[in-house]
Amino acid sequence: MRILIVEDDALLRDGLKVGLSLAGFTADAVESCEEADAALVGHGFDALVLDLMLPDGSGLAILKALRERRDDTPVLLLTARDSVADRVAGLDTGADDYLGKPFDLDELAARLRALIRRAEGRSRAVLEWERLKLDPSSRTVEKDGVPIRLSRREFSILRALMSHPGAILSKNRLEDQLYGWQEEVESNAIEVHIHHLRSKLGTELIQTVRGVGYRLGGEP
Amino acid sequence: MRSIGTRLFVILGITTGLVWLSAVAWIFVSTRAEIEHVLDARLMEAGRMVNSLIVSQEIDVARAQGLKPPFPARVPAGYDRQLSCQIWSLQGVLIGRSEGAPEKKLSEHRDGFSQTVIDGETWRVFAVENAALGVRVLVGDNLRIRDRLVNDVIRGLLLPTLLILPALAGLIWFSIRQGLAPLDRIARNLSARPASDLSPLDSADTAREIAPVVQSLNGLFARVAGQRERERHFTAFAAHELRTPLAGLKTQAQVALASGDPAIRDRALRQIAVGVDRTGRLVRQLLDISAIEAGERGWTNGPTNPGAELKALANELPHAGKALSIAVAPELEKMRVAMDPDLFRLAARNLLENAINHSPPGGTIACGLAMNGADTIIVIEDAGPGIPTDELDQVKERFFRGRNRAPVGSGLGLAIAELALEQAGCSLLLRNAAAGGLVAGIAVPATLVRGFGKPDASPVSKPPPRLPEPTRVPLRLP
Repeated sequence: MRILIVEDDALLRDGLKVGLSLAGFTADAVESCEEADAALVGHGFDALVLDLMLPDGSGLAILKALRERRDDTPVLLLTARDSVADRVAGLDTGADDYLGKPFDLDELAARLRALIRRAEGRSRAVLEWERLKLDPSSRTVEKDGVPIRLSRREFSILRALMSHPGAILSKNRLEDQLYGWQEEVESNAIEVHIHHLRSKLGTELIQTVRGVGYRLGGEP
Repeated sequence: MRSIGTRLFVILGITTGLVWLSAVAWIFVSTRAEIEHVLDARLMEAGRMVNSLIVSQEIDVARAQGLKPPFPARVPAGYDRQLSCQIWSLQGVLIGRSEGAPEKKLSEHRDGFSQTVIDGETWRVFAVENAALGVRVLVGDNLRIRDRLVNDVIRGLLLPTLLILPALAGLIWFSIRQGLAPLDRIARNLSARPASDLSPLDSADTAREIAPVVQSLNGLFARVAGQRERERHFTAFAAHELRTPLAGLKTQAQVALASGDPAIRDRALRQIAVGVDRTGRLVRQLLDISAIEAGERGWTNGPTNPGAELKALANELPHAGKALSIAVAPELEKMRVAMDPDLFRLAARNLLENAINHSPPGGTIACGLAMNGADTIIVIEDAGPGIPTDELDQVKERFFRGRNRAPVGSGLGLAIAELALEQAGCSLLLRNAAAGGLVAGIAVPATLVRGFGKPDASPVSKPPPRLPEPTRVPLRLP
């Protein structure tokens, strides 16, 4: 679950980035409208955490431009102004949720998970595929009720595949889910993680579609 | 006296009373004089008439002696005879007298007017001596009767007055009430207002005399409303600005709690420490603003030694991490400014903090002097990125943080500096140096410069000497 954080306060930006990473998100952070616009082009973010008051403009402008591009990425507004009028203006511009500062990190993570879930067209929080059960909030995976330990990146890949059952996800898309901008991507990292997943959950679980990507296979 | 109505009533009552009293006194005196004049003339006339009757033998004095008066006294009850007549021989024998006249001689004098007291009553007597016939005619008026006559006239004048006076008082009172009605209306309007109602009073139908008061009141209302609006706005803004750092602190604290990794935890805790410092600074700046705005300190006229203050601040402000060098020109320490030291310190502290926050590591901050027309400029120049030209007008606004923001800035420093300088009668100039970096200038008008190198000198009118090398870049007015 890749998140873009747009927040101009350095302390909060850093805290959000580290805190959301701890909660299982892959988080990138920018501090201005200009940087946000650049980041939003060409990167697939699962959700956007947007501060309203930015040094070079309003977060609402970013939101408006995003929706005019017919980009439906879920947006959660984060702001110190939380009068009813502000909230209404934000939601009417196309925001999906609203949190007033100061907020609780766990609540923010839960709301983001809910936003992403709804954007993916699901209403149930727990992902299921055949005999597998994946809970994004507790970050646990069970196979036939038996918990299976996965690393953070393995979990992210499995979550991405399970939230798009049947779809083929490219290697680039999976890398986007795993790595922020500053992180070095090893060339064969995805292959290594897929290999580990297969050995833990069964070789038939993830099928390789040559030259395209990966998808969930038959009986794990 | 608190009430204008009562005050006017007393003043008008006393003055009207005094006018009435003097009018009464004047009428009394003049009426009395007039009546006395008329009665004296009558007395004289009567005396002469009796004398002429004797002379023309109409009255035979010798025969008349001892006879009863020819006509009986049929005097109506309640009628006081006003005149009494006596005819005496020059030898002192009473030849005849009118009815009711006293038997005692009315007067001893020979001729003309005199006053005598007979049986306790005062008489006004006119005497005519007829030497040829050897008689003296005395005609007298009883003064008691005369006084009564005068008093009757005066009473006739005063009685209506006494009736009129209360009516007059009532009219005065009514007129005052009517005259003060516009004031009463305003007072009622004001006292019926809730504290939050600062709308102007209706000045269209107020009297011309109180229109200035109403206008001043409306002006005051407008100022109070403006002040209240600014305070409300500022409080809302301040609360808003505090929420972001608080959110940052809470998030970092939750990161520290949630992470099992000691490195992440330590980093979060360090961030919290920095965040607390920054939030503390923001709170201090908010308090500074409200202290300056309240102006309750009653700012003094100094003198302030800008050089010494800047040096103290340079030592006090933390910039160790950046290894900056802060240079204070020696001329600054010889200068004295008629300005409250606290205000100068507030302004200089925020300008220096701004310079420190924006300076690159190892950079130099130069404090010097420059001239700009009649103003002396205390210059603080840093080697940072400066302020983008399009933001120069906005940076003095509260909470404005431009593109070249420092991580620890609050957007309040320059606003505080300007506020403090304005309170001291100075102004803040900002421009970018040619080589990059911000030049912040405290413009001190010549009237506030208290001499160069002469501590505590009396106000000088001569311009300060042009300093050989005040700053690298002369400052121009924007």
